[in-house]
Amino acid sequence: MTGQSTVALGKIDDPIDKPALITRIRSLCRRQPLGAAGGIVVVVMCFAAAFAGFLTPYDPVANSLENMLSSPDGAHLMGTDEFGRDILTRVLYGARTALFIGLVAASLGATLGLVLGVASAYFGGIFDLVVQRIVDIFLAFPLVIMALAVVATLGPGVQNVIIAITVPFIPQCARVVRSSALALREIPYVDAARALGFSHARIILRHMAPNVMAPFLIMLTYFVGQAILLEAVLSYLGMGVQDPTPAWGLMLKGGAEEFLESAPWLSIFPGLAITLAVFGFNLFGDALRDLLDPKLRSR
Amino acid sequence: MNAPTHASTAFEHSPPHEPVAGESLLEVRDLKKHFPVVEGVVFQRAVGQVKAVDGVSFSIRKGETLGLVGESGCGKTTTGRCVLQLERPTSGEIVFDGVNLEELPDQELIAWRRKIQVIFQDPYSSLNPRMKIGTMLDEPMRIHGIESNPSRRRRRIAELLEICGLPEKFADRYPHEMSGGQRQRVGIARALSLNPEFIVCDEAVSALDVSIQAQVINLLEDLRHEFDLTYLFIAHDLSVVHHLCNRVAVMYLGKIVELADSKELFGNPMHPYTKALLSAVPIPDPVVEAKRAHQTLKGEVPSPMNPPPGCVFHPRCQLAVEGCSRSEPELRELRPGHWVACTQVS
Repeated sequence: MTGQSTVALGKIDDPIDKPALITRIRSLCRRQPLGAAGGIVVVVMCFAAAFAGFLTPYDPVANSLENMLSSPDGAHLMGTDEFGRDILTRVLYGARTALFIGLVAASLGATLGLVLGVASAYFGGIFDLVVQRIVDIFLAFPLVIMALAVVATLGPGVQNVIIAITVPFIPQCARVVRSSALALREIPYVDAARALGFSHARIILRHMAPNVMAPFLIMLTYFVGQAILLEAVLSYLGMGVQDPTPAWGLMLKGGAEEFLESAPWLSIFPGLAITLAVFGFNLFGDALRDLLDPKLRSR
Repeated sequence: MNAPTHASTAFEHSPPHEPVAGESLLEVRDLKKHFPVVEGVVFQRAVGQVKAVDGVSFSIRKGETLGLVGESGCGKTTTGRCVLQLERPTSGEIVFDGVNLEELPDQELIAWRRKIQVIFQDPYSSLNPRMKIGTMLDEPMRIHGIESNPSRRRRRIAELLEICGLPEKFADRYPHEMSGGQRQRVGIARALSLNPEFIVCDEAVSALDVSIQAQVINLLEDLRHEFDLTYLFIAHDLSVVHHLCNRVAVMYLGKIVELADSKELFGNPMHPYTKALLSAVPIPDPVVEAKRAHQTLKGEVPSPMNPPPGCVFHPRCQLAVEGCSRSEPELRELRPGHWVACTQVS
């Protein structure tokens, strides 16, 4: 009997792992229902961004004058805008823009912040003091103001929007990472690395940074949501992505300024998309924080 | 005024084994490490100093093991960290193989670091949890250019693991997959990876349970013979020190109070603090233990921020006379090779 079951267990090794994974996901959903909802939004958004071209028959940029401002119906589920472009198509392609800018800016900001924060904690002393006071100065400005200031200096365009969103993220992440790295600095394996004669850069990047991954990942997901919102704000103010690139903030601007009463679908759907995306990433980030922070795990 | 005079005399009277040039591998001369105690958030000012190490001098000959013992907080770990150049001393010299490490620029210091390695107390926090054991041993060899060929490095990693009594397959494991004793062996293998001449063992066995302790101590002894190593063995467990060390220095509140050959120190302790310390070691024989007169110290260790004047031990000392609170006793050589910092013994 026992021999048989051992053999059987050995044979179906893989199928056993899969239910385990599903059970784990299921228990995760039960413990973090909001986080799971956020996760679903994130996955759907990534899917939409990746397969926008297959999900809709329309072109997001080409004008179609016979379909101008048609209200939502069977052919155009979310209606069309003043140039006859399908709103659903533009929302899907907009997810691509939003995700691209969001992911690039968030990972750039979080990574640079990680390095700066760990370096600040590692060197300590005057270096730490100066870096942290500069961080204070940056944190005194609201995100939007700072991003606007950067775009105003550099001019609009996708690349500059990314820079504008990255800059205010760096000090935020640096501050959070530094507090974790300070505790790390006193741990013997960092001393061991110094005694082994490793360079400062190697100790910071290879020995300390990988051990502050928890706050880093939390900041990263939170930043993606924030970056999407910031990009929408900048585009709405006309300082971000430029027409005809499909971007949610830009669609909201066009819709809200001229057609809010006559054709509300122009602004409702991109607005919903922004809300959902930011909401999704924030919930996902919150759940991630609870999961990665052992102090909160019991809750 | 008092301190510098004491310092220079201690330097003149340095232990007798070292005058032969090239014999002593490490020499520590009047080492001081004071940590400032600061107050205030924005405008910080020093309100005092913790004199963790205050004028320590000793030398270690090649192939020798010097034990450094004392209570928690007496500065023995700080002394070790200064030797390792993990802390910059406030003053004093650390001369290794004829080179003063304090005067070396950072870039040259990195090259010197491979000769002096460390084994830490806690086997859990001394290994990077995100690194495989193999990577941990590979990295130092790669950085210092000890072996440029990757496959030969892999063979050497297997060798190092074997020397330290671990199977080769551990190279692919993470620290959390191993026990405390196994981790400590990895720590030793890592220290050996750079072919050091000198190893600071900072309480290297005190976090392990007794049976593992014995194994690791034997391993350290075997390695000393095999690789011609020199140890600075920092510990608070006197029986371990007795077993492993050729000479022993006893520290109290940042100063060395007694320094002698291991046999001499354990057989004939002279300083009242050493006597009290030795009498606290239990004897594993209930009959002897019951007959023995215990000499217990009264009071607590004073704060190193505000040490007592004169001899730092006088408030707790049984032999203390009036003069002890006034002048600081120097380390005197009362017998050949037996140095005691006390005016009341002879």
